[in-house]
Amino acid sequence: MIDFSYTILIPLIPFFMFVFLGLAGWKFKPMVSGILGTTGLFVAALLSYYTAFEYFFHTEKILGAYQKLTGFNTVWLQLTDKLHIDLGVLLDPISVMMLVVITTVSFMVHLYSLGYMKGDTGFVRFYSFLSLFSFSMLGLVVATNIFQMYIFWELVGVSSYLLISYYYDKPTAVAAGKKAFIVTRFADLGFLIGILLLSWLTGTFDFKTLTGAHSPVITQGAGVAFMGLSLMTWSLILVFIGGAGKSAMFPLHIWLPDAMEGPTPVSALIHAATMVVAGVYMVARLFPIYFMAPGAGAGLEVVAYVGAFTSLFAAVIACTQFDIKRVLAYSTMSQIGYMMLALGVSGYGGHEGLGFMASMFHLFTHAMFKALLFLGAGAIIHAVHSNVMQDMGGLRKYLPITHITFLIACLTIAGVPPFSAFWSKDEILAAAFHHNKLLFLVEYIVAGLTAFYMFRLYFNVFWGKEKQYHHTPHEAPFTMTIPLMILAVASIFTGFIPFSKLVTSDGVAFASETEMMIAIPSVVIGLLGIGIAWLLYKKESSLPDRIAAGLGGFHKWAYNKFYFDEIYLFVTKKLIFARISRPIAWFDRHIVDGSMNGIAWVTTTTSEKIKGLQSGQLQQYGFVFISGAIILALVFGYLLIF
Amino acid sequence: MNVLNLFILIPVLTMISIILAKEIRYVRVIAAIGMGCQLVLAAVLIFTYLAIRRAGNTDEMVLTQTLNWFPSLNITYAIGVDGISVAMIGLTSIVIFAGIFASWEVSDLTKEFFVSLILLSTGVFGFFISLDLFTMFLFYEVAVIPMYLLIGIWGSGPKEYSAMKLTIMLMGGSALLLVGILGIYFYSASDGGPLTFNILQIAKVHIPLVVQKFFFPFTFIGFGVLGALFPLHTWSPDGHASAPTAVSMLHAGVLMKLGGYGCFRIAMFLLPEAAHEMAWIFIILTATSVVYGAFGAIMQKDLKYINAYSSVSHCGLVLFALLMMNKTAMDGAIIQMISHGIMTALFFALIGMIYGRTHTRYIDEMGGLMKIIPFLAVCYVIGGLASLGLPGFSGFVAEMTIFVGAFQHADTFHRIVTIVVCSSIVITAVYILRVIGILLLGPIKNNNFLSFKDATWFEKISTVTLIAGITGIGLAPLWLSNMISGSLSHIIERLTM
Repeated sequence: MIDFSYTILIPLIPFFMFVFLGLAGWKFKPMVSGILGTTGLFVAALLSYYTAFEYFFHTEKILGAYQKLTGFNTVWLQLTDKLHIDLGVLLDPISVMMLVVITTVSFMVHLYSLGYMKGDTGFVRFYSFLSLFSFSMLGLVVATNIFQMYIFWELVGVSSYLLISYYYDKPTAVAAGKKAFIVTRFADLGFLIGILLLSWLTGTFDFKTLTGAHSPVITQGAGVAFMGLSLMTWSLILVFIGGAGKSAMFPLHIWLPDAMEGPTPVSALIHAATMVVAGVYMVARLFPIYFMAPGAGAGLEVVAYVGAFTSLFAAVIACTQFDIKRVLAYSTMSQIGYMMLALGVSGYGGHEGLGFMASMFHLFTHAMFKALLFLGAGAIIHAVHSNVMQDMGGLRKYLPITHITFLIACLTIAGVPPFSAFWSKDEILAAAFHHNKLLFLVEYIVAGLTAFYMFRLYFNVFWGKEKQYHHTPHEAPFTMTIPLMILAVASIFTGFIPFSKLVTSDGVAFASETEMMIAIPSVVIGLLGIGIAWLLYKKESSLPDRIAAGLGGFHKWAYNKFYFDEIYLFVTKKLIFARISRPIAWFDRHIVDGSMNGIAWVTTTTSEKIKGLQSGQLQQYGFVFISGAIILALVFGYLLIF
Repeated sequence: MNVLNLFILIPVLTMISIILAKEIRYVRVIAAIGMGCQLVLAAVLIFTYLAIRRAGNTDEMVLTQTLNWFPSLNITYAIGVDGISVAMIGLTSIVIFAGIFASWEVSDLTKEFFVSLILLSTGVFGFFISLDLFTMFLFYEVAVIPMYLLIGIWGSGPKEYSAMKLTIMLMGGSALLLVGILGIYFYSASDGGPLTFNILQIAKVHIPLVVQKFFFPFTFIGFGVLGALFPLHTWSPDGHASAPTAVSMLHAGVLMKLGGYGCFRIAMFLLPEAAHEMAWIFIILTATSVVYGAFGAIMQKDLKYINAYSSVSHCGLVLFALLMMNKTAMDGAIIQMISHGIMTALFFALIGMIYGRTHTRYIDEMGGLMKIIPFLAVCYVIGGLASLGLPGFSGFVAEMTIFVGAFQHADTFHRIVTIVVCSSIVITAVYILRVIGILLLGPIKNNNFLSFKDATWFEKISTVTLIAGITGIGLAPLWLSNMISGSLSHIIERLTM
């Protein structure tokens, strides 16, 4: 057996980097801190590659299946006799894959930010938060139990909040961070209740016990029904709500576009490649229980339909937006929808588990090309100092490296062979085709829309008419272009990784072939999307506006993101704040406190009124005494006579 | 000599030295040294306690000592500690230590201020080490009375009103409590032997259920007033708003914990069957506090009111978890007391420091403080994150222990209420982030603020001590949790018999 206990260092290195930079970083020159943070991530990345190599090629397989290995485990908090929260490192194909993804993208972003964030006043803070995020995300994926996952889930949430609100004197950034945190926190409530229910039913948090294929705990909670579904199904749906919040699935997606207020490298790392796929990762982690628990099939149906709907919904909105980062944000939502859908339609074991494999495959390729797109967008923004497409045009002459790498990324996301997303998307479509024809058709439409909106962006930025720039746009420094080039290479070649041999639902390799009947139409649809974008946007014309006008209400509806922000504002401001919170505050001050004051008032007033009786004046006492005696005599006399 | 006596002795000696001090500037140094000793002593106590337990001692209480000081009524000075009281003593010494440094700049009647403050803490320490109902009650009153003077004299705003309100409401609670204690006393010897106030001895007799049910509400509500039990919490917002910084810290941080501690040590432990029968009423009330307090905090504009309502919510959670009456939930309740104690002390300290600079507590009048006083602002953010239950801080440990524990309850009613209570984590996030957003982030609203100096050395000591407390528990909670749950076994046995 290989000793994997060193893997604990992979999350710990960024953690120490965070503590060190947070406490002592201001003592150095900013660049020293940046280089320190980057080096830390570089070491973590090397360790991850080594781990992946050892895990996939040198560990012992049992019955041809990769095993779940515990690299490190310690009890952090003992709750009940059975339930305890552990902190540790669990290695299995998906966690090892995630280690590689996270450390790679995070290292690229660290490197890129050395150039992008140069001269910013909060440079050290930026790097310490990046380290915090990397630590949390790595801790999340190696979690040995669902509660550890929840712990790091919250930590990535707060790192995301801190980094979105990075420009903290900008009110929009502050509001966006707050929104992201609260929406995901709301979703996490579902996650927490799901965990409570799940652990109550099964008596364990441990992933190995929970997801063992023939584990007896899976059959728990089947009989008890609430609204037609078993309690186990409910717990899985609740857990999925947490995942949907983090992964910006409809209707909990509203925070992601706003999160683009953060610095662009942050968007690349957190809001494109790693944190937002945490929901997908969680469903994959719990996949055996989603699939095998009695009656839990309904949970997977929810996952599939939510994923499919989100992918379509977001793709439609992406076609109408002008802020390049927002286009990319909606594109991220759409692609994560793909991954969710793939999990939702997957079976378990062998070729049945095609969807699972495809989802993980797409997660991997998406991380590379989406990080590339965002970093490319960062280079563009760096050059023209604007986020909006209307301010850009003809940039291909000024930004040659950015242009080429961006084009590669666009071709990749559009699913053009032989770029990586062609392979992964094709597997997803194949999995959907064998399970649910309706969802399959939806994904065909989304594939076309994706190609269209990406090339709309591409032609608008790099072709079209040149705009008036404040100064001549210049190519980014090499710390920024090197990550672009590395990620571009990754986007081209990662498609050739034999995922079906490495990352599968039950750890056993299976053979998967490209199904031409599905692949060829999808490529044609992609090319069609590119072609339409070419016609409309290669030369600036009024045609797109006229089409938008022709669509009338629908375009306006989509442009305004289907008014979901307004609905949320209504619910929070008008309902929760005005109808619950304010009345409670009033009630507390005036009714509850008022009655306390009322008691005090009654006491003081009464004593005020009766204190005159104790005047100490003998004449008054005598007068009262005699009048009382007379009244009593009259009363008694009256009673005696009648 | 029993080490516990030192917890009374040191504050008394400190008070005497303060009174004898020739110059005012020595006063705070003496106070700081005294309370520093107290902090070291508390650390020693924790290690001693853990060593005693490791040595295999499984007594209910250790380090016990009994002096009969009123033989005709059998009132004793009986002291002793278990894991829970040790933890509470640790909390108290941290908060009072930080409190001294937070009130470094009190210039008005300095001597009297520090004497009252330390007198208050003496009462609290005495309360936690006592095993005798009467002595406990005595120390309880010692802790409550100086509060009136501290708020009435050194307070701000409508201080006389607030001081009066707070004292009268707490005295009302004391009155109920006294009835309850006397009730327990008169039934403390079922076989006609001598009556006793000693908790351990009372625990050995069986009080008839009718009697238990009659006196349980008295004791529980009596302590509940102090623990901000809905709807008897309204002294808290006004009291905190008017109190000077250190008093708010001690009051919310420690004194409110006396309520929770008393509820389970006296009301529930001595009257277990009644506690079982009547728990559901109080579960509904406390669950209401949790959600109601959190919603109430959202719309407040005064920093201290926000924190006061937040305390109502968090302290509601303490009582809620105690009433779940299983080991995990009660363990969580004790951790929550400690966690909330340190956290809220941190908040009040910071509010005091911010107020000392801006002379306003209305969040709308401030903004962008992160740029001006980064140290204090970062501390505030840390406190806020701890308050909304971020992992790595003590609040998370406490809340999760409570939620998991409460959810293990066999009864569906309890589990549904637990889910309702869980929702507070979202509401808490809303009001915390709202304050951080308005107060610390965003553009600078008032240019007069630009001249502010960041934290002074004594302010740094105060905040860093408290932050070390919450992160220490938050990162390595196992020892604390084990220490508490080890002592809970006896109590759970009695509650489930």
